[in-house]
Amino acid sequence: MSEPSQTTAASGQATRQDKATSTKPAIEIIGMHKWYGDFHVLRDINLTVGDGERIVIAGPSGSGKSTLIRCVNRLEEHQEGQIIVNGVELTADLKRIDEVRREVGMVFQHFNLFPHLTILQNLTLAPIWVRGTPKAAAEATAMHYLERVKIPEQANKFPGQLSGGQQQRVAIARSLCMQPRIMLFDEPTSALDPEMVKEVLDVMISLAEEGMTMICVTHEMGFARQVADRVIFMDQGQIIEQNEPEQFFSNPQHERTKLFLSQILH
Amino acid sequence: MTALDAGPTEAPRTFFFNDPVIRGIVYQIVVGLILVSFIAWIIGNTAANLAAQNKTTGFDFLWKTAGFDISFSLLPWSRASTYWQAFLVGITNTLLVAFIGIVVATILGFTIGIARLSSNFIISSLATVYVETIRNIPLLLQLFFWYFAVLKTMPAVRDSYELPLDSFINQRGIFFPQPLPDAQFGFVWIGLAVAIVGVLVLRRWARKRLEATGQRFPVFLTSLAVLLVLPALVWLISGAQVAFDPPVLGRFNFEGGVQLPPEFLALLFGLSIYTASFIAETVRGGIQAVNHGQTEAAQSLGLKEGDRLRLVIVPQAMRVIVPPLTSQYLNLTKNSSLGAAIGYPELVNVFSGTALNQTGRAIECIALTMLVYLILSLLTSAIMNWYNARVTLVER
Amino acid sequence: MTDTGYVRSELVAAKPAPNPTSGAVVWAKKNLFATPMDALLTAFGVLFLLWVVPPFFNFVLGHAVGPMGTVEECRAITAGACWAYVYNEMEFFIYGFYDIPQLWRPNIVFALGALLFVPLLIPKLPFKRINALLFLFVYPVVAYFLLAGGVFGLSEMPTEKWGGLLVTLIISVVGITLAFPLGIVLALGRQSTLPVIKTICVTFIELIRSVPLITILFMASIMLPLFMPQGMTVDKLLRALVGVTLFTSAYLAEVVRGGLQAIPRGQYEAAASLGLGYWQRMYFIILPQALKHVIPGIVNSFIALFKDTSLVYIVGMKDLLEAVKTKNDSALEWQSANTATTGYLFAAIVFWAFCFSMSRYSMFMERRLNTGHKR
Ligand SMILES: Nc1ncnc2c1ncn2[C@@H]1O[C@H](COP(=O)(O)OP(=O)(O)O)[C@@H](O)[C@H]1O
Ligand SMILES: [Mg+2]
Repeated sequence: MSEPSQTTAASGQATRQDKATSTKPAIEIIGMHKWYGDFHVLRDINLTVGDGERIVIAGPSGSGKSTLIRCVNRLEEHQEGQIIVNGVELTADLKRIDEVRREVGMVFQHFNLFPHLTILQNLTLAPIWVRGTPKAAAEATAMHYLERVKIPEQANKFPGQLSGGQQQRVAIARSLCMQPRIMLFDEPTSALDPEMVKEVLDVMISLAEEGMTMICVTHEMGFARQVADRVIFMDQGQIIEQNEPEQFFSNPQHERTKLFLSQILH
Repeated sequence: MTALDAGPTEAPRTFFFNDPVIRGIVYQIVVGLILVSFIAWIIGNTAANLAAQNKTTGFDFLWKTAGFDISFSLLPWSRASTYWQAFLVGITNTLLVAFIGIVVATILGFTIGIARLSSNFIISSLATVYVETIRNIPLLLQLFFWYFAVLKTMPAVRDSYELPLDSFINQRGIFFPQPLPDAQFGFVWIGLAVAIVGVLVLRRWARKRLEATGQRFPVFLTSLAVLLVLPALVWLISGAQVAFDPPVLGRFNFEGGVQLPPEFLALLFGLSIYTASFIAETVRGGIQAVNHGQTEAAQSLGLKEGDRLRLVIVPQAMRVIVPPLTSQYLNLTKNSSLGAAIGYPELVNVFSGTALNQTGRAIECIALTMLVYLILSLLTSAIMNWYNARVTLVER
Repeated sequence: MTDTGYVRSELVAAKPAPNPTSGAVVWAKKNLFATPMDALLTAFGVLFLLWVVPPFFNFVLGHAVGPMGTVEECRAITAGACWAYVYNEMEFFIYGFYDIPQLWRPNIVFALGALLFVPLLIPKLPFKRINALLFLFVYPVVAYFLLAGGVFGLSEMPTEKWGGLLVTLIISVVGITLAFPLGIVLALGRQSTLPVIKTICVTFIELIRSVPLITILFMASIMLPLFMPQGMTVDKLLRALVGVTLFTSAYLAEVVRGGLQAIPRGQYEAAASLGLGYWQRMYFIILPQALKHVIPGIVNSFIALFKDTSLVYIVGMKDLLEAVKTKNDSALEWQSANTATTGYLFAAIVFWAFCFSMSRYSMFMERRLNTGHKR
């Protein structure tokens, strides 16, 4: 279990350091706070994600993980601090939000495929209407990604006809069709039956191996060990601890991290 | 049941009534017999009653002269017309008020349903108050209100309120000028038809172009422009004229123009306003039925608000809305029969009311009336089944 | 951010949001003036309210003549309701032509009905079964003899004399009570595998649902006497009840069918595997679950029926609305500009109060049932 993860983690780190020195960061979050009404849900978040870096966020339920990554493509708005994605700072400006959303793909816990459209239509919708890609080209891209997630034969079915694992792979392909520079995953496997988790994780691992910038909220610690450059632990709306996976798992520092890991890894 | 004693390896005999198949057949025969004898009993009684009252039956009366007046009719009508014609007048009057009512109720209902979901407190409260008030008061009471308390308390003809555009409102309804287009005006209609075809072609072309090159075309604005400009141009060039025949106060009433009688207006107001409150609930439910995740997924793909609504939310909401919406349309059509209570000559009033009273052919008149509604319902549900089969989301 | 990791030494305490999140101003900003469009809509809404509310308020209260007023006062005002008219005709609106010295009889019926019915609506109260049996079987008999008289020295009171709210309530309550078992039988019949029974039920349900109630009442009024053996007359109230019951049963059948379909297959199979017969399965296992599921639907049918009773004028009954209309048209001593409007307003308020509270009750039951299922 731990042998392959060591090697990949090392290579991942190498990539990150290359990129971190050569280009500007993909995501930069500086002193960010968010409130839901009076509820201080995110507190003093500072996080820089380099180009090509893979981050895993873990933490107890309700700790603000979803809220944090939803702020990155402005499904939620923050009240204090800065979020800069691909050099564009997120403000109330709709144009900037559109610009960011085009470059950031998101995969949800409950897939959120469009049930009234076929798989192929789900995949081509945004390329056609957002990017202005000709239909033929969009379909070619879509088929390419469907092959990558290994379900090209389902192209003309409707989402309701697919298993959960297949639906989640379609959802990943749908995001990839926009050729995003960053992918966000919000517990992509936690609504799946155990036997389907692997097929989705495999897709995510291969994405990571190609150097996609990723932020994954997940409790799949094997996945974290294997592909993450950094693991971030959140609790009570703040980042409690972050480290390379090896260090994080073998030598957690903060009491809360230890407690959480002991519960999750038993 | 014959198979039972046909086989060589006969099962142990059961008491015949414990065999579910036989028991089912016995039940059905018993129920069938009871029903048939009940119907026979009714028919017998009816025949005896009719004979005692010296009444005949049959549909021959349809071809007799009706000899009564109908206050409002789209079809030509005189006292010399037959009962069959009265039947047709009743149907057209029902369909007329139902059709206009459906259009108005749909517009009103969608507006209010969307308003109920507004984040604006005043707008959503107003919509809620509308729905909760209107749907909890009987339609008949609302009709009485519009007819007796509003329209019938309008001033007499002599003191009519003047409305803009040479129109008047008084006890006898609304009067407005009748447009009288000249022969040339036909070209304008042709122009409009061409514009409609043009818009359809344009939409197809825009769609094709989008698919081929990815370039978008402002279809909506262009369509609007084509629909307005082309007929207007034709109008100017052809020199078509529209004369107006305004209502003019005569000795007893207005002459000329078009009159919408208060019975029609009251029924139209009542039906539209009442049904709109139910449509509003349908619309609200349909929109709320679309999972919020759908909006978020569309947002995170970068779809703009207009596209999000048009491509993702509305198609899904409509699937939920359309079936109950149709049954609201059907309800409105059935409810138009309440026009009988305020004297609007729709089907029930004309045929199960006046014609029945004059001819005494109760069974025939009521049966024919019911038949019309039955056919309307069957047609609607046939269309609905077809629609549902088309749009039902495919599930595993 | 360093490569060697990071551990937060001190937790960040929650602090208040930078902008106030509650208070009137924040609320208004969020709910009234979020965008320029919202501000415009708000302005529009306020103007509309200013246009509608003051005249309405003035009509109902401000300029109205109170219950103790006189007809002269009513004639003198033009912009206000004439509540004196409603107050003076109240007995007719509630009881119709029922003899005034005998009004204690319907009053007892009302009181008994409320006493037995209200506890049925409150889920927490015990003795539901006895309560329901009393209400369904004992109460109607008592109520009938109290109202109609002719026994125990009570003077006879023919149904022609009954009217107003009394009739509205009788028809709707009796209608739903009779339609309910009929609806269940029809729904079960529609689910049946026996083709003859299924056909009969489907035909009946679909036929009734496709025609307006008014035509069914016409039938009840004109054809029912024809259907009966010669010389037998059918009481008008009975005609109305027959029409309304048949009509409602078809709609209730569809409501019940929805409930039957919501029961998972496993329940049918489990019941069958216990060796229960068809009626036992239905009575002990399926119906209790299905009916509980569709209580909101049943209440909604009742609301529809309650409003629909206003159509029984067709058979010549004077329900609340018809009683009001009769007085509006005939009470010459109360003639004034707003007499009729006031009468209809009164009827509207009564109908609304009943229907609105029932619809709230249905929503309450819906919520209760939903949470019950999640647990
Ligand atoms: N729309 C919302 N309004 C108010 N509170 C919310 C909303 N969404 C989430 N919360 C609260 O914010 C906290 C963090 O939620 P979330 O980010 O979903 O946690 P996680 O994904 O880590 O489980 C939770 O306490 C949750 O109840
Ligand atoms: Mg979450």
